[in-house]
Amino acid sequence: MADVNVGDQVPELRVTPDKYLPHRYAGASGDFNPIHIDDEFAKAVGLPRNILHGLYSMGLVARASAQGLAGGDPRALKRLSVQFRGMGLPEQEVVVTGEIQSVDANRVVVATEAAQGETRIIRNAEATLEL
Amino acid sequence: MAIKTDAVGKEWPATTYQVGREKIKEYANALGIENPVHRDVEAARAAGFRDVVAPPMFAVVYSSPAVGPAMFDPDVAMNFAAMVHGAQVFEWGEPACSGDEITTTAKCVSIEEKAGNGFYVFETNAVNQDGAQVVRGTWTCIVRGV
Repeated sequence: MADVNVGDQVPELRVTPDKYLPHRYAGASGDFNPIHIDDEFAKAVGLPRNILHGLYSMGLVARASAQGLAGGDPRALKRLSVQFRGMGLPEQEVVVTGEIQSVDANRVVVATEAAQGETRIIRNAEATLEL
Repeated sequence: MAIKTDAVGKEWPATTYQVGREKIKEYANALGIENPVHRDVEAARAAGFRDVVAPPMFAVVYSSPAVGPAMFDPDVAMNFAAMVHGAQVFEWGEPACSGDEITTTAKCVSIEEKAGNGFYVFETNAVNQDGAQVVRGTWTCIVRGV
């Protein structure tokens, strides 16, 4: 397995979801909640604009760990636990960071989060991978 | 007002989902996942998969049809106007590949009030056509001001 040690940083993932990403993710996932795809509806219920799907942001967190530590192998990620907090917005860069918390044989646990600027949109996330 | 907890322990009917290559590709494209095992059957087979393989978080695609009816059930009675998806856990077993038929069940495991907010927790369990565990999901919805 790759040489990973407690305290190592997972390579950062930076993605800027474009204006229509929530529409494509809605189609891909089947989640057409209007707060994600209808700007007017989102504003009418008090949001700043249409917002990213939380499970899309969680998908980026999953991608970052698998890509950064396992060459994108879809078998590597065994468990991912997240909390959704601040709203994610289209057309703003999402930065996923992570740090190795423990290494036990081939099993690696990563503390990870996703943020847009100062807003942490996924926090207290923990990814377990087998490398 | 005390939070309604009658739905704790309730289970909903299983849903089945047929995994397909184009749907996997659509999901991988939306997430920007570039590994060819999600698009090209030869690359997937060369990497040891039966067919084009889904990224782990594709779990939402086949698990949501099972958990949706649970969240919308009048017995659960969540106030959607004040509801946010608070937390999520997935634990993966066998990878999901194109051609798989995945059966998913959903259950309400707890409803609790903490500091004036309602915490509604659902579990989904997905198995493939061979009976192998594919993913277990824990979905936490938070309703403000119950």
